[in-house]
Amino acid sequence: MSAAAHTDHGHHKESFITKYLFSQDHKMIGKQFLVTAIFMAIVAVILSILFRIQLAWPGESNSVLSFFLGDTWAPDGVLDRGMYLGLVTIHGTIMVFFVLTGGLSGTFSNLLIPLQIGARDMASGLLNMISYWLFFLSSILMLYSLFLETGPASAGWTIYPPLSVYEEAIPGSGAGMTMWLTSMTIFIASSLIGSLNYIVTVLNLRTTGLKMTRLPLTIWAFFVTAIIGVLSFPVLVSAVVLMLMDRGLGTSFYVNDTIINGEILEQSGGSPILYEHLFWFLGHPEVYIVLLPALGLTSEIISTNARKPIFGYRAMIGSILAIAFLSFIVWGHHMFVSGMNPFLGGVFVFTTLLIAIPSAVKVFNYITTLWKGNIRFTPAMLFSIGLVSSFITGGVTGIILADSALDIAVHDTYFVVAHFHVVMGLSAIFGMFAGIYHWFPKMYGRMMNSKLGMVHFWLTLVSAYGVFFPMHFVGIGGAPRRYYDYSVYELFDSNQFQMIMDLNVVISIFAIVGGLAQIIFLFNFFYSASKGQKAVQNPWKGNTLEWTTPVEHVHGNWPGELPVVHRWPYDYSKPGAEEDYIPQTVPLAPGEEDH
Amino acid sequence: MSAATQEIDRSTAWGGKESPFRVSYGKLMMWFFLVSDGLTFGGLLTALGYAKFSNPETSMTWPSGESVFFHFPFTHATLPLLYVALMTFILIVSSVTMVLAVEAGHRMDKKGVIKWLLWTVVGGFIFLGSQVWEWATFIAGPDGDISTWVDNATLAHNPYGPTLYANFFFFITGFHGFHVFTGVVFNALVLRNVIRGVYHKRGHYEMVEKVGLYWHFVDLVWVFVFTFYYLV
Repeated sequence: MSAAAHTDHGHHKESFITKYLFSQDHKMIGKQFLVTAIFMAIVAVILSILFRIQLAWPGESNSVLSFFLGDTWAPDGVLDRGMYLGLVTIHGTIMVFFVLTGGLSGTFSNLLIPLQIGARDMASGLLNMISYWLFFLSSILMLYSLFLETGPASAGWTIYPPLSVYEEAIPGSGAGMTMWLTSMTIFIASSLIGSLNYIVTVLNLRTTGLKMTRLPLTIWAFFVTAIIGVLSFPVLVSAVVLMLMDRGLGTSFYVNDTIINGEILEQSGGSPILYEHLFWFLGHPEVYIVLLPALGLTSEIISTNARKPIFGYRAMIGSILAIAFLSFIVWGHHMFVSGMNPFLGGVFVFTTLLIAIPSAVKVFNYITTLWKGNIRFTPAMLFSIGLVSSFITGGVTGIILADSALDIAVHDTYFVVAHFHVVMGLSAIFGMFAGIYHWFPKMYGRMMNSKLGMVHFWLTLVSAYGVFFPMHFVGIGGAPRRYYDYSVYELFDSNQFQMIMDLNVVISIFAIVGGLAQIIFLFNFFYSASKGQKAVQNPWKGNTLEWTTPVEHVHGNWPGELPVVHRWPYDYSKPGAEEDYIPQTVPLAPGEEDH
Repeated sequence: MSAATQEIDRSTAWGGKESPFRVSYGKLMMWFFLVSDGLTFGGLLTALGYAKFSNPETSMTWPSGESVFFHFPFTHATLPLLYVALMTFILIVSSVTMVLAVEAGHRMDKKGVIKWLLWTVVGGFIFLGSQVWEWATFIAGPDGDISTWVDNATLAHNPYGPTLYANFFFFITGFHGFHVFTGVVFNALVLRNVIRGVYHKRGHYEMVEKVGLYWHFVDLVWVFVFTFYYLV
């Protein structure tokens, strides 16, 4: 069996290049994903601050804008209209795909899957390495598109046709769009290769005794996430290749008798709605590709730091599976205003509302795990509780948006922007922060500073709600998304308009504060990686297998034999036990019951 | 590697330490890749259905397969869909030879693997060649003259009906043809290794099984393309 072949490659020598650059070791690849994602996140946050400045103080000269964008894109310190759309598009693309898909799954699936299932490495180290370098290449291409003469892709992260198809439509639909599509194609290849690796590793390489019903919830989440990725990204491939045909070869899959500058274009017969269907068939599962790993990480962290078994372990697995299944039959709720038959819309309302059930199961299980727990407030725990908070807040507005009758009123307003930023953006990024704080000792063998972590948490939480809470009111007030400047429209009566403008200033100030707060995190991260306090083997007194590995990384994870698992990972505060945790490697005592 | 023939012990299969499906990670990866690739084709065929049926005007003028694909080489007779049926038959036969190659591999019969894998490669080439002829005939248009560009079918112009009909013809058969082409390349590379005795030394012919899975998938997809593009 080829699984056995992995046991003997544990001891070969590594040169600098094979250790740090073209590493096939899952721990190093995980760290490579993390550092790349952190860099991409910095870029995306800066982009968002730039367009928030424009939204709060439209038309006013600002030295920050001229510093970052220069004379080309911010003449006299005022943001260029085309570039505004480009900033929004690239901010969304980077955050959704490069930070929260590639970064989150890439980092923690790579780091934790082999460590928590007791494997020497991923099933295929080579494919794992290729997956990272494709991710790296696509990141470079996406960043490079910001420096094109005609600007980056500007059709929004959903790149709806016909705007994205015709090069002559807007400057951003030229080379920037081509580069976006190329970058995304490479990204999908990376994601596919990574997902295949995660799935087969979880299935084939679990150590002795690690039944599926003894897997930590992190692994369940990564496993199901990878399956969702394998099922949904290929449909985006078909959407993207058809668009490339429309752009380059004159087909008309997505376009029909478009008029640009008074001229009717030749291509006809297709339908942009087709693209929307194909895109959202990926697009909605993508939300859960982003969210599930974060939920998995926090399940582990909350249980460990509440010193209690996770409440409803099997219900948690069931809800992950239910969410995964339902995520494939709800895509139509993004398209209620596309002229969809209201009856079909009703079906999508129903399936969408169904997702609230497994989501609520997860939330209640978090709360009941915390209930009467012996809670330790580490930064990781704070961020995990922050995730529960934002998941509830965003989930509640999700119920509103799931209803087609209500959605039509607030469609494409800032209400939607606020909703998905809270439920998907904040939750996932909180989960990612929680994961970084919790598993930092496993990655770098050192501890992050806890005080700085707490400051980082509170500043992030307050500014995040400061940004997105008022945004709901802006949206209900009627402000559409993706507008460059509201002050030029007479849409709003003066009182309402003034409210929106004032709130926009508040939002932008919080956005700037929240952005600056991340400097604390960056300092903490990079300083602790080299100078932090040395970690002990099991700093959080956790049960899972990664805390049985030595602090200093060894190739092959465990110096001797692979550990053998005897119990589930959530035996915290078990009555009768000496300590308040029992690692998975401890055999069941005579008469002791498995969970 | 007699993994496939081992009995699966249900009580321990999922208990860790071994593969619950008794397959190596490589083969499992191939299966999941095929699921994924299947969804890409699923997306394309769904797009075809959407384009054809969502707009009444388009669906009224959408030509039937019989009215377009009735040519046959070396004859002027009207033989609707016979040529594409022959192509399908060739591809399915190449799947059969692939099965025989895999079976020979289980018996460690190197000569048998070479023989049947070679036939599979040949079948793949014949299919690709047939597709060239079919494309040329389609491009030539109803007047059958490819040299004039007056009434030729292109990506932007379709003398048979809606432009989308030609768009989907070129794209779906092209995308599938690309898969066949990569399949033939994989098969040829594996064939080279078989001849060199790489897998015989390794003690198992699992690589032949893996490319075999891919090859069967490509055939299966063609059955769906044939059904949804030519027949429906």
